[in-house]
Amino acid sequence: MKFGVVVFPGTWSDRDCGWVVDQVVGAQLQYLWHKDADLKGCDCVILPGGFAYGDYLRTGAIARFAPVMESIGEFADRGGLVWGICNGFQILCEAGLLPGALIRNSSLEFRCEWTHLMVERKDLPFTSACSEREVIRMPISHGEGSYFAEPAVLSRLEQNGQVVFRYCDPGGRVLPSANPNGSLHNIAGIINKRGNVLGMMPHPERCSEPELGGADGVKLFRSVAGNAMKVLVS
Amino acid sequence: MKATARVIVTPKPVVNDPQGLTVKQGLMTLGFREVEDVRVGKYIEVSLEAETMHEARERVEAMCRQLLANHVIEDFHFELDHEGGKHR
Repeated sequence: MKFGVVVFPGTWSDRDCGWVVDQVVGAQLQYLWHKDADLKGCDCVILPGGFAYGDYLRTGAIARFAPVMESIGEFADRGGLVWGICNGFQILCEAGLLPGALIRNSSLEFRCEWTHLMVERKDLPFTSACSEREVIRMPISHGEGSYFAEPAVLSRLEQNGQVVFRYCDPGGRVLPSANPNGSLHNIAGIINKRGNVLGMMPHPERCSEPELGGADGVKLFRSVAGNAMKVLVS
Repeated sequence: MKATARVIVTPKPVVNDPQGLTVKQGLMTLGFREVEDVRVGKYIEVSLEAETMHEARERVEAMCRQLLANHVIEDFHFELDHEGGKHR
């Protein structure tokens, strides 16, 4: 199992993701420079958090033109696993690989805090190590993480079961008070219809060892590592 | 010919605009009670070469669609200037 971690100018979670892949999960790690279109045989490509290209114009707006993004689009079309975390989620939306957009938090504040997430899908390569409707604890760290999509898109997401993570309270209740950024329907993460492109605002790489105050994040990395053999890349 | 496009990008009416709401609150606090709504957007100036104004308009329109505005959350409009002339 080989994970690729994309590095744009301004990416800052690449080493954290790399550490979890390499040191915690023990999978193969390959950093992918944004100017290099070669995905180097990776089975799962991670777009990590940060401020790619300074988030100029809009978050993710410029990053989507990087040479690596064209390859990632083709890779996703072939069924390859693509995982956008925080800024990576914003980039996937700008690139049209996921529907909707991430806008300014309703509080107008940059929020860096722990949240609870309801795992609504455990039949995905990214979540198979979670239990049914498990509540996991994960930090967020963003100023623009408020998920928006027009009503028709939103209801299609719900009907197709494409909402993977929803902000909830510790007891698993999806309440407005558990929503840290004003995301519609408390959405914290969505998957494309085919089930191979995941975008999420919370940071699993920042909670993958007990020393960091929680280790729920490693479940997602272990899910991907464990499922690699089952994923068919044509 | 040289043309200048003045592009205005605004959040769509259906998109929550917390910046606009906060600015509105500020104006109300200052006593501007007539304020009904505030939306905060972006202003982008693009200088370009084009054969005709028609061509310039088409090119700027394409720039807006492909990059300057995100159609999911934003609307845009622009004015084009050319040698003192103004075209909307």
